Amino acid sequence: MWKTFVAWFHRMGSPKWFYEITGRWIPWFAAAAVLLITVGTTWGLAFAPADYQQGNSFRIIYIHVPAAILAQSIFFAMAIAGGIGLIWKMKVADMVAKSCAPIGATMTFIALFTGAVWGKPTWGAWWVWDARLTSMLILLFLYFGVIALQSAFDSKQSAARASAILSLVGVVNIPIIKYSVDWWNTLHQPATFKLTEKPAMPPEMWMPLLVMVIGFYCFFAVVLMMRTRNEILEREKRTQWVQGLLSEKG
Amino acid sequence: MYFESFSEFLNMGGHGLYVWMAYGLSAVLLAINVVLPIMHKGQLVKEQARKLRREQKTS
Repeated sequence: MWKTFVAWFHRMGSPKWFYEITGRWIPWFAAAAVLLITVGTTWGLAFAPADYQQGNSFRIIYIHVPAAILAQSIFFAMAIAGGIGLIWKMKVADMVAKSCAPIGATMTFIALFTGAVWGKPTWGAWWVWDARLTSMLILLFLYFGVIALQSAFDSKQSAARASAILSLVGVVNIPIIKYSVDWWNTLHQPATFKLTEKPAMPPEMWMPLLVMVIGFYCFFAVVLMMRTRNEILEREKRTQWVQGLLSEKG
Repeated sequence: MYFESFSEFLNMGGHGLYVWMAYGLSAVLLAINVVLPIMHKGQLVKEQARKLRREQKTS
């Protein structure tokens, strides 16, 4: 078991192998993402019941929650990939970490924007300086910081190292986001999904949400692979296999 | 179906503007995230083709 894992880990480190295997994975993840997001959106917008207090504005949950979950998961993934690149000098891990940043920033922005649009009819304000909202805004700035660092160095190695360090330090913000609704008095409602408890919502409300969360994970997988593959093509453009591959398509 | 008619669906019980604004902008941002890497790849292929042509001319 361990030996297979180590072998897999080593192969994952080869840009060529990574490029080939993800080329086979992308269509499946893309199909799953399109299917799940289409089903989840239709279900959430047209079939799920309205909230007895919030009415139909509650339907914003079906993008707000998946985007917020992904914003945090992607940051975590970026820190782990950055850490692997830092310790084992694995080039592919550096490229994965770099590719995470813009996708994570998008998800964070979507979570903040949909939250503001949901807050207006629900709380009467677009924005409040509450612990959950503020820690999410910090997450967005951390993503901007990583993106800026990635382009601030001439050497790809220094850029990867600096970004990995910022990502690893920034990870402390993730539990702060998670527990902010428990630690401070906030306007923000507590988590919909908890590992230890059943959701407080009826299944006809949380089932489309679960579909959307899984769909968003598949979407992330697709765009992460697309970006990392481009990164590989760019950095390995002097190798024969990349030149052969690119000229075949041109 | 939760709504009685299509116009009711669009209206979202008076919250239509908020709901559609949230879904609309999110859809645009997700689409941009798909389009950008596709365009980038096209650019990489084009650059390589240009490089090949240059090399053929000089040799």
